[in-house]
Amino acid sequence: MSDTPAIELRKINKRFGSVHANKDIDLVVGKGSIHGIIGENGAGKSTLMSILYGFYQADDGDILVNGNKVIIPDSKAAIGLGIGMVHQHFMLVDNFSVLENVVLGAEDSQMLSGGLARARTELKRLEEEYELRVDPDALIQDLPVGLQQRVEILKALYRSAEVLILDEPTGVLTPAEADHLFKILEVLKNEGKTVLLITHKLREIMAATDTVSVMRRGEMVATRETKNTSMEELAELMVGRSVLLRVDKKPAEAKAPVMEVENLTVTDSRGVQVVKDVSFNVRAGEIVGIAGVSGNGQSELLETLSGIRRATKGTLKINGETIDLGTSTLDAADMRAKNMGHVPEDRHRMGLINSFAEYENSILGYHRDPAYSKGWLMDLAAIRKNAVAEIEKYDIRPPSPMLKTANFSGGNQQKIVLAREIERDPEVLLVGQPTRGVDIGAIEFIHRRIVELRDEGKGILLVSVELDEIRALSDRVLVMFDGRIVGERGANAEEGELGLLMAGVEDNNKNAAEGGAR
Amino acid sequence: MSAGQLPRWVDYGLIPFLNLVAAFLVSGLVVILIGENPLDAVKVLIWGSVGYAEGFGFTLFYATNFIFTGLAVAVAFHAGLFNIGGEGQAYIGGLGVAFACLALDQYVPWYVILPFAIVGSAVAGAAWAFIPAWLQAKRGSHVVITTIMFNYISFSLMVYLLANVLKKPGSMQPETRTFEEAGRLPFLNDLFPSFGFGYAPVNLSLFVALAACVLVWLLIWRTKLGYEIRSFGANATAAVYAGISPVRTIIITMLISGGLAGMMAINEIMGSQHRLLIDFVTGYGFVGIAVALMGRAHPVGIILASILFGMLYQGGAELSFEMPNITRDMIIVIQGLVILFAGALEHMFRPTIVRLFTPSRALAAKEA
Repeated sequence: MSDTPAIELRKINKRFGSVHANKDIDLVVGKGSIHGIIGENGAGKSTLMSILYGFYQADDGDILVNGNKVIIPDSKAAIGLGIGMVHQHFMLVDNFSVLENVVLGAEDSQMLSGGLARARTELKRLEEEYELRVDPDALIQDLPVGLQQRVEILKALYRSAEVLILDEPTGVLTPAEADHLFKILEVLKNEGKTVLLITHKLREIMAATDTVSVMRRGEMVATRETKNTSMEELAELMVGRSVLLRVDKKPAEAKAPVMEVENLTVTDSRGVQVVKDVSFNVRAGEIVGIAGVSGNGQSELLETLSGIRRATKGTLKINGETIDLGTSTLDAADMRAKNMGHVPEDRHRMGLINSFAEYENSILGYHRDPAYSKGWLMDLAAIRKNAVAEIEKYDIRPPSPMLKTANFSGGNQQKIVLAREIERDPEVLLVGQPTRGVDIGAIEFIHRRIVELRDEGKGILLVSVELDEIRALSDRVLVMFDGRIVGERGANAEEGELGLLMAGVEDNNKNAAEGGAR
Repeated sequence: MSAGQLPRWVDYGLIPFLNLVAAFLVSGLVVILIGENPLDAVKVLIWGSVGYAEGFGFTLFYATNFIFTGLAVAVAFHAGLFNIGGEGQAYIGGLGVAFACLALDQYVPWYVILPFAIVGSAVAGAAWAFIPAWLQAKRGSHVVITTIMFNYISFSLMVYLLANVLKKPGSMQPETRTFEEAGRLPFLNDLFPSFGFGYAPVNLSLFVALAACVLVWLLIWRTKLGYEIRSFGANATAAVYAGISPVRTIIITMLISGGLAGMMAINEIMGSQHRLLIDFVTGYGFVGIAVALMGRAHPVGIILASILFGMLYQGGAELSFEMPNITRDMIIVIQGLVILFAGALEHMFRPTIVRLFTPSRALAAKEA
């Protein structure tokens, strides 16, 4: 490490309307280090990095790169200064090859062939230097996400980035892929590159970084040497008070099954089997967690059970009634009528209508309930009264039922969905990604509410890609891989073991593992 | 920053006003190029459309047509559907009105016929929207394409019917016989002679149009069906999640939309022409798109936008009469400019205005 920092930010301020997204941010990133930035959603991490990468302009404050004061008007300027960024959502063209994607935007001339040949040589060199092996002629759509991310890193290196910003890089990766990514980052560091790792996962900070800076509500609240801090301290700094990382709950008192799924097979619109012959049950008074890397059939499973998607075959027993899912024409409204609640995985796409007022969303899916209507008309007074009650009970802020839903924060939006589904007193609750994009305070609340529902004797099926969440909440864990349930574990399943199952490693140790879980 | 954070008066008042001003400035340039004084032209246009009772009567007559077609487009908008077929649906709606009048005008008075005419026009218009709706719902054939196609089919179908089937025997004109007195809606001039509407054809269907506005408002914002329509239009995935059937919503919405467009024929056929004839729609269906856009798909906005376009039609006619240099075609150019600025370029000023209003609001919040 040399003395001049790779990046130095001085008193950076950024306001969006009345929101002060970055307040007097100071940050020093040493050359050749891995520097983590951690904070809740909405803490201002992404804004800060967007300023560094030229997407936004700071209202005031200075940016120094290698000790020189610079102005970064756009991302082209950032790349020129040797700053590269790997976005959370990859910026790749799916039907282009790796090589074409790497060259895209840096073609150097009107004709492609010269640039492509040069890129091929350069890729080979980068591959050897940083151990980043990818077939340059493979199409992006054929690559697993871990490799796609590698292409993003190569793109940045090809543009001779010295500082690499990774924004929530592990969201789509298996634990094994994430570990591999951290090894790559280590190699990059040893080659003298500087890495800025943006994340809200404490474990990654502890595993991968040298230094960590914590942001809270637009302010930089602390910077620590990673080896001199702990998860507990960082969590407290993030939230501003001490946090329970574990969910307090009694052992489950599971009773008779409330939902039984047998031989469920689902085929998607492309004709690909996405759920393959899945059977399981959920008993009253227990939380069954489905672990798995995103895209292994969990979403389709939830959508099928909730009546949104059609199955090819399979049966569903709910409250003693048997439904042949292969032929059923029941839609989401019919499933709700069978006392099944559904908190969908993606609240923006599915769970809420962002342009509606809060009270209008508080009855989405239940708008035909006689309690909320007078004949053909909606009973607005009853709807608003109910919305106000839910706002109070779930501490939804701001407490204004007339406010447009888009103007609530992620955590509060999720509480709107959760309140709507739980307060209808379902026997079975399907929950997908209940805390995605939700701040820690709200996570605690949401987890507690789900456990309470369990203790009231309801059956809960929980799908989450956050392994920590699955382990904290579930009484039984099912692991899905490639559309199948590849293993079942008890409440105390080891993280490493689940990780292997999620990565598709054969479960040849089933009996022993179940013995261990008991 | 989303558009929703603008104050309502800006979204619903200032932005349409600026669009209108821009349209008139460009129109003014056109008038100058022709060699006329734009201020004089504006004077003639306004005087001709609202300056005296008879002119205002014409304005209201045209506005009645626009209210129906504007509502038709607006209802479909709320479900995220773009019904370009108002023209054809209104044309076919004429069949429903004509059948009711031709069948009953020798037996019962107009107030008995009117409900049949309303139902007839709505059913005919809805029927014409049904096939595009069904194709969209079941086959995913885009309703924009199919409704435009159905406009052309309706033009040919009506020519065939009027020339071969419905034509009055012995007449050279491709039109039905003129309705008896009982098949004609009273003119407002006959009901309220003191207003002095003179020969303006504004008639009782104006009130039918206003009633339709109230009913559409109720439907969209107060009924469960309206909630489903808006849910589907705002977020189709969430609607499916909520158990709202896309097929049912698309078909019902398009039927309502087509029915409203069809009802335009009451004003033209039963209210003014008193016979079914060729080409009585003449663009009202298309202008309804601009009316709905400018009126923000809200009945109140649609009434205001309808009156504006009624003024352009009536004032434009006066203008081409008073200033022979400004031909009928130039009037259509000016109308086209208003549609362009109010509809297609709706978002031209919006980003600037959002920027202007956001910081001042932030400051206000700080001071508070």
